[in-house]
Amino acid sequence: MTLSVHGLRKSFSGFCVVDDVSFEADPTGITGLIGPNGAGKSTLFSVITGFLGADAGAISFDGVKIQTLSPQARARRGLARTFQVPRPFADLSVRENLMVAAASQTGERVLSLLLRPGAVRRRESAVMAQANTLLEFLGLSHLAASRAGGLSGGQQKLLELGRALMTKPRYLLLDEPYAGVNPVLIEQISLRIRSLAQRGTGFLIVEHNLPALSRLADRLLVMDRGRLIASGAPEAVLANPVVQDAYVGGSA
Amino acid sequence: MSGYFIAVGTIGGIYALLALGLNLQYGYTGLINFGVVALYAIGAYTSALLSMHGMPFAAAMASGALLAAACAWPLGVICLRLRDDYLAIVTLAFAEIVRTVIISEDWLTAGPRGLPGIPRPFASMAPDDAGVAYLCLVAAAVACAMAVTAGLVRSPFGRLIRAIRDDEDAVRSIGKSPARSKLVVFMIGAGMTGFAGALYAHYLTYISPDQFVPLLTFYVWIAVIMGGAGRIGGALAGAALLTVFLEGSRFLRDALPFIPEVQMASLRLAMIGLALILFTIYRPEGLLGRPAR
Repeated sequence: MTLSVHGLRKSFSGFCVVDDVSFEADPTGITGLIGPNGAGKSTLFSVITGFLGADAGAISFDGVKIQTLSPQARARRGLARTFQVPRPFADLSVRENLMVAAASQTGERVLSLLLRPGAVRRRESAVMAQANTLLEFLGLSHLAASRAGGLSGGQQKLLELGRALMTKPRYLLLDEPYAGVNPVLIEQISLRIRSLAQRGTGFLIVEHNLPALSRLADRLLVMDRGRLIASGAPEAVLANPVVQDAYVGGSA
Repeated sequence: MSGYFIAVGTIGGIYALLALGLNLQYGYTGLINFGVVALYAIGAYTSALLSMHGMPFAAAMASGALLAAACAWPLGVICLRLRDDYLAIVTLAFAEIVRTVIISEDWLTAGPRGLPGIPRPFASMAPDDAGVAYLCLVAAAVACAMAVTAGLVRSPFGRLIRAIRDDEDAVRSIGKSPARSKLVVFMIGAGMTGFAGALYAHYLTYISPDQFVPLLTFYVWIAVIMGGAGRIGGALAGAALLTVFLEGSRFLRDALPFIPEVQMASLRLAMIGLALILFTIYRPEGLLGRPAR
């Protein structure tokens, strides 16, 4: 039960953005992925979740090779993601954004709407209850009926997290979940992530808020210019001169 | 005069049905269907030919709608897994193919001469009553299409198609395939379009290929955009606006007698184009549209 990546490569018109990346993520742990801007972290996410095809390498999830599967097939296997720039369903309400993400809904088939209205209603109220609980947790209840496109950047980040959680993922890739989110909520989200991790969900998290991430993650991976340059316990990794060089060099 | 209003109402109702079909496809799901006229023609010719061969009206009209939906299936299967623009290109080409087939398959469609003498329902009634009865039939069809749209859009299926319209990649990220739901919507919308075609054929009692030109597709698009995509009321308002435009410019003909007939037709098109431009600049969401982004 794990996510493992072997020899992954992705280039755009000759420019290698993900260069021979291999790692094995802890199945139930929290792995942080850090690196300077442009290191290839988001591209790596997109390749792992199938939104971009890999040029070379293998991705396996639960021991199954998944690199030929569509993004939706990977998500159905329990590999969910959020996007760095939030992509809410802008014209749906906040609550609808969560509800639409629930898996295998009876009412998503037109035939079931006609033939099994009772089953559709029962499933719908279960989904609604699940969505309301999540909204409560994310502190978005008062916005449940608002248009998602009108939320602030931080609220959209929270909504994306909620939407991914609605799919009941077994492994969740979060792309900068804390960007634009207020500090009190950051702590609450960290608590939530930790409790989900204890109950068996794995996390791979890209985040620039290093203090928050190193408190949360069991392990850090560091990328620079497409390559994985370090990995290990957060304190050790952050103290590593190679990593410090990459950050200083990246910003210089 | 009341006969005139009944006629305008009937044609307006047929436009409303077309607009509702496209609104379900474009307004709620984001499908770019430039082949409205093809599905309309399929519905019209199917129902006309079947009823001329003795099939009862109800069965013939239903067959027209079903065949239009069935023709949408292969187009959707081919295109709806690809980017949005492919459906636009393929449906546009399909419309021309359908028109060419109608023109050249003389044995079936009587080619460019068209089909005269299509039977009209309520023929046993007095002409005025028959007109009113036909208007009621059209109104019932519009009401059905509204009810179907409203029911679908409010359901979990409707939530999913609106999500597809907003962001397909985000839909994939939650583990759902957009293609299947888009295909279902495309076929349901095509069925509405086909039924509108059947209503048109039995109303006019004469159809010919030159009534099924691409311009009609764009009239329906204009109705949906001006009325407000993604709103049932928007489709109706757009259809009403379009009907007023097309009919109103006829009165303009009386007001401006010095303009010859041919130029008047062009002027009418120019005015519709101008209205569309003004709408996209000053009210891009349409008369009754969703609030601007």
